[in-house]
Amino acid sequence: MPFAISMSGICKRFGSVQANDAIDLNIASGDIHGIVGENGAGKSTLVSILYGFYKADSGQIEISGTPYTHNSPADSIAAGIGMVHQHFMLVPNFTVLENIILGHESDRDLTRSIEHARHMLMNLAHQYGLVVDLDAEVGDLPVSLQQRVEILKALYRNAKILILDEPTGVLTPQETEQLFDILRSLKEQGVTILLITHKLREIMAVTDCVSVMRGGRMIAHLNTAETTPEELAELMVGRPVQVQKQWHQTQKGEAIVKVENIHLSNADNQNLLSDISFTVHAGEIVGVAGVAGNGQSELLNILAGITAPSAGAITYHGHRIAAENPANAQTIKALGVAHVPEDRHASGIVLPFSAAENAALGYEDDVSHGYKNMFISPQQLNARCADLMQEFDVRPQHPELTSSLFSGGNQQKLVLAREMSASPSVLLVGQPTRGVDIGAIEFIHQQLINMRDSGCAIILVSVELDEIMSLSDRIMVMNNGQIMGMVNKSDASVKAIGLLMAGVQ
Amino acid sequence: MAELWLQFVLTIDATLRVATPLILCAMAGIFSERSGIIDISLEGKMLLSAFTAATVAALYGSPWLGLFCAVIVSMIFSLIHGFACITHRGNQVISGLAINILASGLTVTVGIAIFAQGGQTPFLMSEQRFSAISLPFAEAAKNIPIIGTIYAEVISGHNLLVWVALLSVFLTGYVLFRTSFGLRLRAVGEKPEAVDTAGISVTLMRYQAVLIAGLLCGIAGAYLSIAHGASFGRDMTAGKGYIALAAMIFGHWRPIPSLMACLMFGFLDAIAARLQGVEIPFFGPMPTDLILVLPYVLTVILLAGFIGRAVPPKAIGQPYVKER
Amino acid sequence: MRRPLPAWVDISIMPLINIAAAFVVSGIIIALIGENPLTALTIMVKGAFVYKGALGYTLYYTTNFIFTGLAVAVAFHAMLFNIGGEGQAMIGGLGIGFVVLGLDPILPPLLIVLLAIPVAAIFGAIWGIIPGWLQARRGSHIVITTIMFNFIASSIMVWLLAGMLMAPGQMSPETRHFAEGVSLAQIHHIANALGWPMARSPLNLSFGIAIIALVAVWVLIWRTRLGYIIRATGHSEKAVIYAGHDPSRIIIITMAISGGLAGLMALNEILGVQERVILNFTAGYGFTGIAVALMGRNHPFGILLASLLFGALYQGGAELDFEFQTITKEMVLMIQGLIILFSGALALMFVPTAERIYGLFSAQDTAASDQSRSGKDSQNG
Repeated sequence: MPFAISMSGICKRFGSVQANDAIDLNIASGDIHGIVGENGAGKSTLVSILYGFYKADSGQIEISGTPYTHNSPADSIAAGIGMVHQHFMLVPNFTVLENIILGHESDRDLTRSIEHARHMLMNLAHQYGLVVDLDAEVGDLPVSLQQRVEILKALYRNAKILILDEPTGVLTPQETEQLFDILRSLKEQGVTILLITHKLREIMAVTDCVSVMRGGRMIAHLNTAETTPEELAELMVGRPVQVQKQWHQTQKGEAIVKVENIHLSNADNQNLLSDISFTVHAGEIVGVAGVAGNGQSELLNILAGITAPSAGAITYHGHRIAAENPANAQTIKALGVAHVPEDRHASGIVLPFSAAENAALGYEDDVSHGYKNMFISPQQLNARCADLMQEFDVRPQHPELTSSLFSGGNQQKLVLAREMSASPSVLLVGQPTRGVDIGAIEFIHQQLINMRDSGCAIILVSVELDEIMSLSDRIMVMNNGQIMGMVNKSDASVKAIGLLMAGVQ
Repeated sequence: MAELWLQFVLTIDATLRVATPLILCAMAGIFSERSGIIDISLEGKMLLSAFTAATVAALYGSPWLGLFCAVIVSMIFSLIHGFACITHRGNQVISGLAINILASGLTVTVGIAIFAQGGQTPFLMSEQRFSAISLPFAEAAKNIPIIGTIYAEVISGHNLLVWVALLSVFLTGYVLFRTSFGLRLRAVGEKPEAVDTAGISVTLMRYQAVLIAGLLCGIAGAYLSIAHGASFGRDMTAGKGYIALAAMIFGHWRPIPSLMACLMFGFLDAIAARLQGVEIPFFGPMPTDLILVLPYVLTVILLAGFIGRAVPPKAIGQPYVKER
Repeated sequence: MRRPLPAWVDISIMPLINIAAAFVVSGIIIALIGENPLTALTIMVKGAFVYKGALGYTLYYTTNFIFTGLAVAVAFHAMLFNIGGEGQAMIGGLGIGFVVLGLDPILPPLLIVLLAIPVAAIFGAIWGIIPGWLQARRGSHIVITTIMFNFIASSIMVWLLAGMLMAPGQMSPETRHFAEGVSLAQIHHIANALGWPMARSPLNLSFGIAIIALVAVWVLIWRTRLGYIIRATGHSEKAVIYAGHDPSRIIIITMAISGGLAGLMALNEILGVQERVILNFTAGYGFTGIAVALMGRNHPFGILLASLLFGALYQGGAELDFEFQTITKEMVLMIQGLIILFSGALALMFVPTAERIYGLFSAQDTAASDQSRSGKDSQNG
């Protein structure tokens, strides 16, 4: 039987970056095949080529034994390939049905197309257990159901091969399990599945075979049953992975952050955060764990003075900031609180600014002079940035270079340098290693540990459970805007934390 | 009483005449903006096509040829707008503004070169224009109170393009909400990447949308110079394109509500014309300029969310770039 | 292979290519009309620089464009597209009218003029602040609101100038003449008084104010804390909130500065030339400011050059009226439209070609740019 997908010698370059370098990949028909790799390993580029979104510079693709040249997603859809993108490709104010038939309408007339599709979808839903309200507006559905719509969309187009790009990032462990059940049932019906992820646990749980990518190359093809997560991790990184050993026990100091009964509700009166209370001591790292979207981001923004809470109070060093009288980010900063924001590109830096300009973001006073600090001098700006770059090994060391030209890791180091240089007594950190290469991750982790050892209270928000587990003295788990539990490092296990993340106490 | 009623009926009749180009342009705007392309060049395209229609009708004597050429010219400028905004991902507002300024200069320049009348085109004979269509028995009906006057004054006596404008509202509604093409067009203005991954070309969809907008603007321009009027005068659109844009926003990018907004703005215009020079006790002459400015003021108030919320298509104004 | 263009090419060669494209298309249109584009160009150049007094006229137009160009540019730095320069200038002129008409019977001329200058800016600023406030606090799109505010300003002008402000016994919509001496001195008067013979032209002291404004805007944008925050707001409001500033406040302040600059344009027309408030004295200069800002890449130096070019176009274009039967100063409007098209909406059209050509010439060097990129990990993951 021919391979469902056979790719050979696939090359793709973006400017000076070789995103895919002579990739070979064979996927047996009816398999669930995983592709793992770090950020920037070239996984997304590879599947985008398979889906016809990009054209490969060279190389061949065969689908079920037939040579195929893709020019557009339309060709790939016609060849029986469906894709569930990491960011859903759904029109929020269209109904489920309208979204499913979009681009694949059976008739010029919309009503007839919809009724035709309704019938087919009833059958599909029944066959695979994919139940969704077909007339609901997609924007009103929870993400797990939106993902179902994406799968239905592919099946409606007769997909025999289904690509899923990082499908579990937005799901709870239970929802992930449900998704895997759906994938297994699709497999039984003869659908070939290609699963792109960086989570090894999932590869082990659901795939038959796994391919590892690193730096744009295909490193290994393995049978899942014959490998281990450790082996995969080593292949992904390219060297033995150091089991986190930076952490060590220290003596914690007095409580300097007190959060009392914080509530936050949105314009529709939904509770985003309810009754959040905790304390953080000098010299400890409190990790905030949870599936993305369970209130961690909102909490971090409240702590940093970006969002005002609906009720409650925060106390830094005895300065109590109540919801009735909220403070802005400047005031909070003045209390010795620094903040490395979750979304580096939107908040942490201004991409078109030079590195020097970004090194002063939020610290304009340090580079200003004149009446009421009205003027900024470029010399001061550059000198300050050069110092920070030196200290935190930001490369290239060109303060005047545009920030967008730095790598993710170096951008993050610059943000960290800026925030740490203020010698804060409290450090708020969101997703410190998102989109950052391994080398920089270790450096950043070491810096956080050093800060803690020097007596700083650190609140660390991350969706990477491993990161939280390895750095935190205590772990606070959030679900649906509430604290599910506070666990000491010594008592923490992935299983226990995972259950709390899912909302099981 | 009968006199007042007649005045009222005549104002309604004038409303329809004034509103016609607004309606056509508002529908043009709906097509363009629903596909994600801001179109402030409605004004310029209407001006160019008004000029083209009058020029062709004057030179060749046929209003039909005038209309045809007006539509072609308007669509050519739609293509330029598309070339800048869709193909080259230019700023849509800047492109529209460029077309408006270009139109203002080009019409006068070419007009002087052809007719040497300071940018005017010659007055057209009635056979060179779209003239009023009197419906049967209109004269006789005049004497029947209420229904008769409405029939004779409001319904009868319009030229063909007025009916085309009204028809365009229903066609726009049908195409947008009852056809698969409309589904794709709306999707491309809300979330273009969803359309792209479904195997449909975003570029092609958007070009189709701006071309339809060009077609409708072309008819609107021809109406001004060879149906409602009988010649082209410099800057004769006088902000009507912007009022149509305002009406479209007022109508939340939907055909029927936009039609209503056009009629309301047309009514303000008609009533201001009727009240010109009327004295108000203790106040002096009627400030008709202030009535004429109401569409703009109302739009500002609407946009500020003081009366409902105008939510534009989500992807509007952003060039579509495939993520890399 | 394509290579990203170095900064100097991007700020010098590319704008020139875009302007050249606009002029080539204009030339083709002139040729189609049946005139010789080169003859037209010669007449325009002579009209703008060579004839007696021509330069003064050119600089007089330039003054308007510096103000309106700066107004657009300052707003652009906060990513606000202020199309309302026209209306802001009108209202600025109205402000001058109020001050002068109200005070010239009682105060000395010099004091009134000194008072009128900030009032022009303040009135213009108010007409900018309202759309700014509506954008910042109510979420209305500034492009649409400023368009509407142009029409509203224009209606207010018609209403007032044909009504309560209309000069008694006049039929045209304009105010009475300002009192003797309430004006900005014209340069040729000053020059002649100093003993330098100079041809008559409307160029006046507001040109000096325009030059001061150019420098002030440069300092504001690149050397002050406010300018830094304005630019940050333009690129990322989230980053500005993160840094502890209120972007709404910055948007309103920026629009006040922008509107104020546009309002100052009225100094040139009302206090420098007309010495009364007339209808439509803005004559589309507010829109030309958009072309100027686009051509000048929102940098004061670029704006100075672009204003000079447009000043020359306007003055030279007026000369066309005398020399040709078939082409007139509306030609300039057409060229302006084409310049906005090519240096604004189609600004990126020639970039890929230029990058390819640049790539041919610099295939082996530019180690620096490679070095900067080697640190950059690919974002496809």
